[in-house]
Amino acid sequence: MTTTEIKYVGAPIDRVDGLEKVTGRARYASEHNPRDLTYAAPVQATIARGEVTGMDAGAALKVPGVIAVIWHGNAPRLAPSDAAELSVLQSPRVAYRGQYVAVAVAETLEAAREAAGLLRVGYAEETHDVELRADHPRLYRPEYVNPRFPADEVRGDPDTALASAPVVVDATYTTPAEHNNPMEPHATVAEWDGGGLTVHDSTQGPTALRGELAPLFGMPPEQVRIISPYVGGGFGSKGRAHPHVVLAALAAKQVGRPVKLTVTRREMFAVTGYRTPTIQRVRLGAEEDGRLIAISHEACEQSSTLTEFAEQTTVVTRMMYAAPHRRTTHRLVRLDVPTPSWMRAPGEAPGMFALESAMDELAVACGVDPIELRVRNEPATDPATGLPFSSRNLVACLREGVRRFGWESRDPRPAVRRRGRLMYGTGVASSTYPAYRSPSEAWARAETGGTFTVRIAAADLGTGARTVLTQIAADALGAPVERVRVEIGDSALPRASVAGGSMGTASWGTAVVRACEALTRELERSGGVVPPGGAEASAATAQEIRGQERYARHAFGAQFAEVAVDADTGETRVTRLLGVFAAGRIVNPKTARSQFVGGMTMGMSMALLEESVMDARFGDYLNHDLAQYHIAANADVPDIEAYWVEEDDPHLNPMGTKGIGEIGIVGTAAAVANAVHHATGIRVRDLPIRLDRLVR
Amino acid sequence: MRPFAYERPADVRSAVATLEAGLETGADAMYLGGGTNLVDLMRLGVARPGTLVDVTRVASATIEETPDGGLLIGAGVRNGDLAAHPLVRRRYPMLAQAVLSGASGQIRNMATVGGNLLQRTRCSYFQDVTKPCNKRAPGSGCPARTGDHRNLAILGHSESCVATHPSDMAVALAAIGVTVHVEGPGGARTVPMPGLHRLPGEDPSRDTVLSPGDLITAVELPALPMAARSRYRKVRDRASFSFAVVSVAAALDLDGEGRVRDCRIALGAVAHVPWRAESAEAALRGAPATEEEFARAADAEMRGARPLRLNAFKVPLARNLLVRVLADLAETP
Amino acid sequence: MTVDLQLSVNDQLYPLTVDTRETLLDTLRERLDLAGCKKGCDHGQCGSCTVLVDGRRVKACLTFTVTVDDKPITTVEGLAGERGLHPLQNAFIEHDAFQCGYCTPGQLCSAVGMLAEAALGWPSAATPDIAGTAAEPVLGEEEIRERMSGNLCRCGAYPGIVAAIGEVAR
Repeated sequence: MTTTEIKYVGAPIDRVDGLEKVTGRARYASEHNPRDLTYAAPVQATIARGEVTGMDAGAALKVPGVIAVIWHGNAPRLAPSDAAELSVLQSPRVAYRGQYVAVAVAETLEAAREAAGLLRVGYAEETHDVELRADHPRLYRPEYVNPRFPADEVRGDPDTALASAPVVVDATYTTPAEHNNPMEPHATVAEWDGGGLTVHDSTQGPTALRGELAPLFGMPPEQVRIISPYVGGGFGSKGRAHPHVVLAALAAKQVGRPVKLTVTRREMFAVTGYRTPTIQRVRLGAEEDGRLIAISHEACEQSSTLTEFAEQTTVVTRMMYAAPHRRTTHRLVRLDVPTPSWMRAPGEAPGMFALESAMDELAVACGVDPIELRVRNEPATDPATGLPFSSRNLVACLREGVRRFGWESRDPRPAVRRRGRLMYGTGVASSTYPAYRSPSEAWARAETGGTFTVRIAAADLGTGARTVLTQIAADALGAPVERVRVEIGDSALPRASVAGGSMGTASWGTAVVRACEALTRELERSGGVVPPGGAEASAATAQEIRGQERYARHAFGAQFAEVAVDADTGETRVTRLLGVFAAGRIVNPKTARSQFVGGMTMGMSMALLEESVMDARFGDYLNHDLAQYHIAANADVPDIEAYWVEEDDPHLNPMGTKGIGEIGIVGTAAAVANAVHHATGIRVRDLPIRLDRLVR
Repeated sequence: MRPFAYERPADVRSAVATLEAGLETGADAMYLGGGTNLVDLMRLGVARPGTLVDVTRVASATIEETPDGGLLIGAGVRNGDLAAHPLVRRRYPMLAQAVLSGASGQIRNMATVGGNLLQRTRCSYFQDVTKPCNKRAPGSGCPARTGDHRNLAILGHSESCVATHPSDMAVALAAIGVTVHVEGPGGARTVPMPGLHRLPGEDPSRDTVLSPGDLITAVELPALPMAARSRYRKVRDRASFSFAVVSVAAALDLDGEGRVRDCRIALGAVAHVPWRAESAEAALRGAPATEEEFARAADAEMRGARPLRLNAFKVPLARNLLVRVLADLAETP
Repeated sequence: MTVDLQLSVNDQLYPLTVDTRETLLDTLRERLDLAGCKKGCDHGQCGSCTVLVDGRRVKACLTFTVTVDDKPITTVEGLAGERGLHPLQNAFIEHDAFQCGYCTPGQLCSAVGMLAEAALGWPSAATPDIAGTAAEPVLGEEEIRERMSGNLCRCGAYPGIVAAIGEVAR
């Protein structure tokens, strides 16, 4: 650590890009219109499995303004790749309904769409299988689950321990497929020049996207440039390349002009990823006083036939509570469905719904307060690795939540609080999310006028990254924040890890601090003055991160919910939501609160509203728009409270931060479900908790 | 989207003539009101007009009192203006509530009264041109019966269609019992409502009894003093900006001894039409205004329900909601 | 099919030839470089494209451009005046009423229109006494939430949005 006085880190400053966002000046991916721009309208497969046998483009090509119709029969060849999902238009095979099978390119959006609608695609349809079931004959154990955990893990003898445990909870929980649905649809403007490719894209990782895209076109990464200064939300769905990026680049290559491809909201339900549905069986064996003897958590989930995406649903259970006997497993089935991907807290969000619901059932079964139950099962060291925790303040969060929420006066009896026709209840659940760091690089420059520029190919999808990196840099440089300009969102900048896994600030911040430190040393060498022509320095963090001490690093939190359930209609509304988090140092209380509240809002939405409905007959997600796939609207959201406990953890990174982007969604759904049980006496184990499950 | 000609006639007669001409030339002409449903359907490829006749400047946008104490609402009145009108709020509160519970502020500013009545179902299959649907493509089949029908009809559906009518406003109008003024190729006429919308039967492609070329010009509300004590309640998954799972519009007229002198009840999101609950009304007339009687009336209405696999919950839901709305109305001073 | 017309946006006149199929949303974004108007769903289901036509909040994605050639249009780019930002714009920054910023222009235009509706005494589904007098409703949190529910925000900035609008409404 430098001895620079901490001045901006910890200060609730306004977003540095706020003015751009409230005036409409912030430019998102599809808002770039290069000269000679053309528009692309993709065509999606209308079968879930089979082959494209032919394409009648006659009518489409007659539409005035149409430039080209591209399908696998005439598409430019891409380099062979393991990324089957990205090998767009390279084969007649159809792996899921909604897969891109063609694209029309035209002078205007209207003409492109009209042409796409006139394409007649011939198919040889095969029988499809799109239903995830716990007894599916093709369930298998993947070697690893994301990012690289063993699929199964057993400690002790869970079966024997469960058989002899005085109290046992054995329940199956399900979570549906859910779609990220950032407000900005994925969009790409692709332009080739001099053999190179420039892409304006809505991405969480310009460096990573460049690395995925370049080899498909047989180019070194340097010949591809990804520009994405503003990203309208992603929540994981913009963390990796999806087919539309390749399709846009391929189309631009074919027509020799820039191409704009904006994924429609409907297409997003097939081609930009989603959270796998899960079926989870949880068994808890405990002493009469609630102390856990055994935990068993087994998950079934799906992936497409193209890619093995194995979500780490039960991995969180390996580190959450102390128990001598434990089993956690994952079984996957490859179906004729769209490829799942990351969605905010993949693994933790569905996994903790099941575990924390089961813990509530155990509390009821033992007659122990749910807070006390969790306290009794606190581990001394990480149950997964045996390592010490760098810090673990779950109990502090629970206690602080008890105080703020007024939990002490809670009557544990279910279904006894009624005001008018509404039944009220409260529930609690724990939260956690790992604190990772990933190698990144940064570059810093001092000008003679006293201003600084910091560059890193980071991404701000609304997280506040641009703002907090400015604060971090200002402190590292000992400069006023107004004099520091942080440039992000461009793969031409020093390489940076993806905005994902809640590790942006930790990863990029480390690189920014190190670059600023190097620049400060550079300036010290020149006597503390900026030499004519300015001074520059850069830093890379791979070595530092490789060499870091061995600790279990996780953020923790406690979520408290109050719900009102209408006795006549079963309508459930969250009337209060309060979270307390322990996530290291908070760089910017203003933007951090928005991150926590945003995560909790999505968790509440997951609890009550969200479900992507698989249409068994046709094999697609049926409710593919925002009128049918409900995300929380303003009227659903009470004044959510988010607090944090002071946490001074010296084992993390120069800023002392843990990630805050995902933990807010973890546990929220369980807290709501537990509150619904408290309100009604009805235990809902299948999300979402819609009125059909409660109306009598 | 198919290219289309845009016409903006100056008055109702020329609008009808323009549309008729468009139909005769095979241009599939359609009227364009607020566009909140039609533009969406055009983008989805469900509606493919070759000519759009913009009627937003020809349809009356005024609300007038009729001599008998009712209201004549121009078909061009925007939903937002309708719900804000002092006489609508005072005389027919359930109508104002129904309109305000629908869609969003922006959409209510666009949507017209005429267009709202002619909204098409939001059944997923109807809106997806890559799938069969008897309403959109007659004879192609109804995948909803065996597929997802959680939010589809429990009353009055047929083998060929289980769609529901999506409007909130229409439920209140059905309860009130209104007269729809129509200008058609053959001149002006009126259609009673209930009666404007039709059950799917063998031909779900037709939502209403209107013919192509017919233009709704106004909706006439009769004087209905009991509607001053009326209510619309909408049950939905999301707290706002979503379609009903079940809704109820009801008005109650009690005598001095706590008996039901008269009542008006309609249900939404349960059928291909805004469902006038005549059985419940009949059961209630003359009965004591008690929860037991309300439940008996609701059961009478639900006896005709034929729920499907995924929407059986709508039967107890509709029943509970009906009882609650009536009980609340009975307690209203 | 095309039509020649003049569009009045933010007090500027734009002579244009438009395809009748062009929506106001696409005209603003693709032809007039007024990209503050956002496309979130293109089906009237998210509110990101909210603009003011004749001073009323409407959805640009459900409006054919050809239908509004005789009406003044205001987009987020036209909210700020000569004396600086609109009070709502300042309040949104102050209350961190957005994260990614994509729904923000629509939220702002919607809030401007909503405040005008409230000033006219318009009720909402959250107004307790619907049959009451047409006095200006009190814009408490519940009223603001209901009136702003046509604008979805996936980042979950609703509490900030409600606080920002509440401050300006007072």
